[in-house]
Amino acid sequence: MKQYKQILTTPIFKENPIAYQILGICSALAVTSKLETSIVMSLAVIFVLAFSNLSVSLIRNHIPSSIRILVEMTIIASLVIIADQLIKAFAYDISKQLTVYVGLIITNCIIMGRAEAFALKNPPFESFIDGIGNGLGYSVILLIVGFFRELLGSGKLLGMSVLPLKTEGGWYVPNGLFLLSPSAFFLIGLTIWAIRTWKPEQVEETS
Amino acid sequence: MSDESVKKTMGVALGVCLVCSILVSGSAVLLNDIQKENRKEEKLRNILISGDLYTKGSNITEIFKRNIQPEIIELQAGRPITEADYGDVFNIESFDINVIAKNPKTSRVLPVNQDIAQIRRVPEVMIIYKVKENIQITKLILPVYGNGLWDMMYGFIALDRDLTTIKGFTFYEHGETPGLGGEVDNPRWKKLWVGKQAYDIEGKVKISVIKGVVDPSSPVAKYQVDGLSGSTLTTRSVHNLVRFWLGDQGYGPYIERLREQGIDS
Repeated sequence: MKQYKQILTTPIFKENPIAYQILGICSALAVTSKLETSIVMSLAVIFVLAFSNLSVSLIRNHIPSSIRILVEMTIIASLVIIADQLIKAFAYDISKQLTVYVGLIITNCIIMGRAEAFALKNPPFESFIDGIGNGLGYSVILLIVGFFRELLGSGKLLGMSVLPLKTEGGWYVPNGLFLLSPSAFFLIGLTIWAIRTWKPEQVEETS
Repeated sequence: MSDESVKKTMGVALGVCLVCSILVSGSAVLLNDIQKENRKEEKLRNILISGDLYTKGSNITEIFKRNIQPEIIELQAGRPITEADYGDVFNIESFDINVIAKNPKTSRVLPVNQDIAQIRRVPEVMIIYKVKENIQITKLILPVYGNGLWDMMYGFIALDRDLTTIKGFTFYEHGETPGLGGEVDNPRWKKLWVGKQAYDIEGKVKISVIKGVVDPSSPVAKYQVDGLSGSTLTTRSVHNLVRFWLGDQGYGPYIERLREQGIDS
């Protein structure tokens, strides 16, 4: 039991895929201008990651190494299409905002990385947990970034006004930079700094 | 790792593909109806948005029924088709631009030099929406479409009672690059259209999307809309498709007729 808990929680802060391994940054920039899209994207990635790990692990003893990557990609791509279809059916508004980025989960290095590094060597249940754990690690960063971008960029959270805007009679002048992708870079950078100050063992050695 | 015989490799590859294809096509088929319903609602929502009738959370079908009066018109003749002539092909409920535009009986091929919106075939009939507020018809909502940079773009343009002032503009389906051409969805940009004049005093299409920012002191500023930066091709497509549909091949004759006979006729 303890072992599962560790598999689940390690990727959240200790070995966070974005902050520690610096993987999957691209989508973290693209979809985080609002908290709502960040949440849906996070759920989609958790879904794909958990089930791709599970499926790869289930057949790990039968995958010929010559077509290993192809098999993994096929599984991941299929799961992403299913996730995309589900979002289009049940969260149509958000699917219009996420546009191509759901499809681009296929190219998210975290998913391929976990399939290669974990699912190929571990039993299905552990792999499934590992997928959820890494998905949560990705989500944590996405939510932090989405939270600050929406709050500072449009004075809202989940579309509800938090900081009343000057244009609507309030006092807050929104910072437009936070609606643009570069701001996600700054926020991710600051988050990494914060995490590494908290956990100095993550700091890479300089040569 | 397991044994690497060709047979086994093929077997695993086939097996994985089979299972995956069943899952993918299964999900697509199962969810198709819900997605269709979503797209339909999105279209209605955009009709309301372009007519400035939509507020978040309101009942779309209800507002639509109350305020929108759809009408099928013959484009070249510029007059509505009487309801007696509605049938399987012309039916307000099932009117589908794509079906009409592909059917040789209800569309014609456009000569290349007139096909600025790059739609190849232009429908002979089109559905339009009149907005009714307090018995009076206040706006005219016209579907427009044309080829964008990547894909067909479908939208609505709303004209005021005066038949020249643009009241709203929106796309409900397009495949433009997110962040660049996809900014046609940006409410701030869509707002720039409101209040612009589509036709000049002689009734010729004058509206245009220019490169850069419109100079507000210019005498033609009311006919111009800022282009989107970073998406020259999308901007040009929007310019072309709006001019095409408001022009002689599109709603021109119909609008001309309304000008003569009045919008309430």
